[in-house]
Amino acid sequence: MTKWVRKGLQTGIKTTAYPGSPETAAGVSPGRPSCQELVERKDVMSMMDLCPTGALRPTEERIRVDYRRCIHCFRCRRLPAESLVWEPGYEWGEFVSNQGALDKSFSSSLHIRIVDAGACGACLSEIRQIASPYYNIHRLGFFITPTPRAADVLLVAGPGTDHMRLPVEKAFEAMPAPKRVVAVGACALTGGMFGPSFATRAGVGDMVPVDVEVPGCPPPPLAIIHALLVTAGRKKPPGAPSLPETEKKGERS
Amino acid sequence: MALPLNNIVKWTNLAQAAASRWPGRVEATLDENTLNAHIECYPSDLQGLCDWLFSELDYSFATLVVEEEAASWFLRYIFYGELGSGQVHVMVRLPLSEMTIPSISRQIHAADWQEREIEDLFGLHFEGHPRLGDFVLHEEWPEGVNPMRTSFDSTRDYPHRELEPAWRPQTIVEAPGAFMMPIGPVYSDHAESAHFLLETVGEDVLRTIPRFFYKYRGLEKIAEGEPVDQVLLLTERFSGTSAFAHSLAFCQAVEGICGVQIPKRAQALRVFLAELERLRHHVAAITGICQSTALAVATSQASILEEKILRLTCRYLGHRYLFGLNTPGGLSLDLSDDEWKDVSEAAWGVLEKLKKFQEMLRFTSSFLDRLEEVGMVSRDKAVSYGLVGPVARASSVLRDLRVVQPYADYGDHLKFYVPREEEGDGYARLRVLFSEAEQSINLMNQVSSSLPAGPVKTRLNPTPGSGLGWVEAPGGATFHWVRLDEEGRVLRYRVMTPSFVNWHGFHLAAEDFAFQDFPIIMATFALSNAECDR
Repeated sequence: MTKWVRKGLQTGIKTTAYPGSPETAAGVSPGRPSCQELVERKDVMSMMDLCPTGALRPTEERIRVDYRRCIHCFRCRRLPAESLVWEPGYEWGEFVSNQGALDKSFSSSLHIRIVDAGACGACLSEIRQIASPYYNIHRLGFFITPTPRAADVLLVAGPGTDHMRLPVEKAFEAMPAPKRVVAVGACALTGGMFGPSFATRAGVGDMVPVDVEVPGCPPPPLAIIHALLVTAGRKKPPGAPSLPETEKKGERS
Repeated sequence: MALPLNNIVKWTNLAQAAASRWPGRVEATLDENTLNAHIECYPSDLQGLCDWLFSELDYSFATLVVEEEAASWFLRYIFYGELGSGQVHVMVRLPLSEMTIPSISRQIHAADWQEREIEDLFGLHFEGHPRLGDFVLHEEWPEGVNPMRTSFDSTRDYPHRELEPAWRPQTIVEAPGAFMMPIGPVYSDHAESAHFLLETVGEDVLRTIPRFFYKYRGLEKIAEGEPVDQVLLLTERFSGTSAFAHSLAFCQAVEGICGVQIPKRAQALRVFLAELERLRHHVAAITGICQSTALAVATSQASILEEKILRLTCRYLGHRYLFGLNTPGGLSLDLSDDEWKDVSEAAWGVLEKLKKFQEMLRFTSSFLDRLEEVGMVSRDKAVSYGLVGPVARASSVLRDLRVVQPYADYGDHLKFYVPREEEGDGYARLRVLFSEAEQSINLMNQVSSSLPAGPVKTRLNPTPGSGLGWVEAPGGATFHWVRLDEEGRVLRYRVMTPSFVNWHGFHLAAEDFAFQDFPIIMATFALSNAECDR
């Protein structure tokens, strides 16, 4: 077994410096469309037509992006000649409830229960990465726990299938207070491509009260870590929300 | 890869042979260009015909496609064979009022779950099937409401039934102290939702009864009536860890219907990207196996490689899981030849690390002890359950769609081998994963060193019709059946995935084992529940 110890030591430290300093390695995040000005009105309209989920919305000569709906299909970036600029970054976690962050005693001891409410596998794979050497949430005092009874945060991915409604509700009820729910990925926020339908809800919010949302399809590991830091009160969510509150709450009809 | 002569003879004589065996009762047509044989028969001959194809002619069962037409049910049983044996579609029509059809699962056990699924979703009854009932739709779903029927109104709310509180699963094991241990649907650290009932007498587990479809999102239903571009997004997102393979199968089906030949460069790059996805999938599976045996450093080493591949993918292709690349008519993105070479070279770097890593695992006895002779699947069982992909190859069942039904740019000019292991245990499955990952890097290297020039996309106007797309996904063979209407909308979409097929055979490996081996057996199967449940 000594060879494994040696191998581990030889590998050195791979872990990101985030949140101490920003992560700049290539390929940690796909980025996302940025809210930007377009000169021609017709450009705005044609861009809207390209968006399959209605995430792009015009306001005057500007394109606004509803990140909750963006499924990273790249159509606004790859199809038109005059493509929409995508911004790099990963600090995407946002508070949507008025519960606020957990109090200080949780800030470096947070236990997380992951629940799959019909996720496609990509979100779960990214969630798996947060415990891998590159991201290693343990250094932040964040732990994944197998039981909701010991969990402070419920991390839910997937659109919320009918068959998972009861298990998700039960997991939430089993958690001790105070507790927070973090919804991961476009499906968990709005139902994504799948919900609402006869088999799925329009996101996890239809089952349990969501406190923090991480948009993306899937959100990269750093975005999930950012959301956890926001939940633990160690990071401020990014500035003003991209859309007015009333508009954000509306579901896809 | 020369064409075996006996197979050619077999295929060209198929129509004749069927006609002489069932004189006047079957109508067979052959399409020389696509190597497709269509055999239409009466329901009463169905069992015999399918049995003949499966047992005597050595065809594999791919999928059962049910279509509800204006006045009739149209069932299509799709089989595929070795290179040159093409595909055989056995077709049966019966009036819409007739809800009973003979079950073929006594002859072909691989059809067992597919018939159960169709009984649940369409309400068709398969006569002679040993076990029908709640399967995809769980107990709370109202009886007699079949979501795949055209009469199903998806906008209406169907009140779910209350569960009987006293309900307990049926137990078979009768021994002193025997009990049933439930696992799931929420279990482990980050496992996908599924439920397993383990019948145990303490430490030894005798039987495993899996229950799936907690993640049923009704993919086939919600795709109906949607334009091709919209369904493409669903196809990529129902199973994110093999998004490229599934979108490729869907695109190939649509391209086949519309009679579009995609540019050579796009075909070559599709091979490249499919192999990149296979590599990532297999490295992730290897990570899972190391994790299940609690080998911490090895888990870290493997997940470092996995994240490396994810970052490489994202850096060059925009998305970490290859979303948004396939499009009917080709690819939506191209890089310069040099950049493709860079990706391939980076993958080559992964290969060297992977080989060293495998060598270290090979001499870690505590690791091997937990994999060897664990979760055995015999060759006979693998054949009768129609298992596919790495799981089947570890039980020496080789049929790989890249070889036997070449698509995209797979063919004689690309040199690779399909690994085969005899033992059928967890270690054999791990070795197959390693060998396939190596072959994938090898293929990426071959493709990137001889990329044809030209565009990667051609115009495609949807035309009405139906067609099958098939791809050897990372987990094994996947089949996508698509029917388009006049306006280019999807009328019927049928998706058969390797995880659905292999989960069916999972209980074979999870019989009579020690409880602590359960996560290891699961990890060596490397299956996705999202892909199974759809």
